[in-house]
Amino acid sequence: MQAIITVVGQDKVGIVAGVSSKLAAMHINILDISQTIMEGSFTMMLLGGLPEDADFKAVQQALTDFGTQQDLTIRIQRQEIFDAMSSL
Amino acid sequence: MEQQKIIDTIQMISEEKLDIRTITMGISLLDCITGDTRATAERIYEKIMHKAAHLVQVADEIETEYGIPIVNKRISITPVAMLAGADPHPDFRLIARRLDDAAKALGVDFIGGYSATVQSGITPAEENLMRSMPEALSMTDRVCGSVNIGSTKAGMNMDAVKIMGQVIKDLSATGATNAMKLVVFCNAVEDNPFMAGAFWGVSEGDTAINTGVSGPGVVQRALAQVPEADFAQVCETIKQTAFKVSRMGQFVGKIAAERLHVPFNIVDLSLAPTPAPGDSVAEILETMGLGSVGAPGTTAALALLNDAVKKGGIMAAERVGGLSGAFIPVSEDGRMIEAAAAGQITVEKLEAMTAVCSVGLDMVAIPGDTPASSVSGMIADEAAIGMINAKTTAVRLIAVPGSQVGDMMEFGGIFGRAPVMAVNSASSAQFIARGGHIPAPIHSFKN
Repeated sequence: MQAIITVVGQDKVGIVAGVSSKLAAMHINILDISQTIMEGSFTMMLLGGLPEDADFKAVQQALTDFGTQQDLTIRIQRQEIFDAMSSL
Repeated sequence: MEQQKIIDTIQMISEEKLDIRTITMGISLLDCITGDTRATAERIYEKIMHKAAHLVQVADEIETEYGIPIVNKRISITPVAMLAGADPHPDFRLIARRLDDAAKALGVDFIGGYSATVQSGITPAEENLMRSMPEALSMTDRVCGSVNIGSTKAGMNMDAVKIMGQVIKDLSATGATNAMKLVVFCNAVEDNPFMAGAFWGVSEGDTAINTGVSGPGVVQRALAQVPEADFAQVCETIKQTAFKVSRMGQFVGKIAAERLHVPFNIVDLSLAPTPAPGDSVAEILETMGLGSVGAPGTTAALALLNDAVKKGGIMAAERVGGLSGAFIPVSEDGRMIEAAAAGQITVEKLEAMTAVCSVGLDMVAIPGDTPASSVSGMIADEAAIGMINAKTTAVRLIAVPGSQVGDMMEFGGIFGRAPVMAVNSASSAQFIARGGHIPAPIHSFKN
């Protein structure tokens, strides 16, 4: 299963390192990644490959908890919804 | 990975309140008819519990995985008046009770279909059901009812109009919030997923999933970005936005149907407001340039909105159905509440607006001492608009007991609050007392 993970928050040292370590620990493979500063906020988007047997809810909870610790908003959504909205 | 697409989608959901307003499972109950209403009620309970066992769970899973809020999980059923079978004295309250039990056990918000379709005539069972509504809808919490009293093909059943004026009064008297569970229709549709008017028509299949999308905030934001646009551009902007919103409805409905192992039926492309800031249909009209909803130009603005929503949405979904348009409930729309409280919008202006949108006089609070014949007159006026224009119209009126014009009625949650609005005080009594049937309009004879 592929999912889009977005990370938004105040820019600081180590966000990419922290998030990618967390993903690696959950065996989530980063397939694509981009990062920018938008309206003063650090914004990162990445496409992650989840293991076949991954428990989506548990992954989501772990990322939310990690986000709260780090003062970041982290969302994870299955990738198909982004295509469905705007592609024919 | 297209960044802009991702940013746009997340913004629509998190800031502009795009959501799936409802996933509604339609369930036919025709195979539950036994001829003994008590036994039928039990079979109904069992069938609903079986068919919808995983409805809430699946909706929650989709919400979690795709990050799109699914606000309501609902069930629509075969109009209950059709389930009497050979029972000569059906006590439909038994069915209402079991429907409520099932809704609570399953965790669904509402179950719609305590209904009768009487546009041509009323069977004894149907009259029985209509007259049981004040009791049935006040003793239950999650059961919604509706009565279709007219259609373009059949004309208007004025006997039913008369009965329903009294039923609305009696139901309101049991508690004003009970009356929001009852809708009186002309040209009711059989696949409407929205409450309180949802029922599952007899021409539908056994079980299927329908979705109703929302998203007035998304349309309003898109229009706010083009303040100088002419009307052609305004319509284009609405169409493009409606397309995206409807794609979401189609996408979510298909996944839900797949996971529940039932067919996917229709997407209802309605813009449904809530009282939350930024989730208002009235605000869309104001963004087009009106000082307040109700200002001259309001009906034109609503007409173009309603039409552009359909045009944008229709290509986005495989099958479009339900009511599909813009809703203008007073109590459920933050800006509409303010305009009504400030006297910028009246019952008469609302009536004009219902000629060009779905659906009708919706969630309108009126004084508790309004005569039943005046309520019937309001039903007849709305139904006439629907009958002549071959569209759905409806009335969901709340005759707030003991209230005066200007009092604020609180419904709570997404049902919001509504100022009690003035009704013309001249009598309709003699008109309504005639009874009988208004024939179908000439343009219905197309065969």
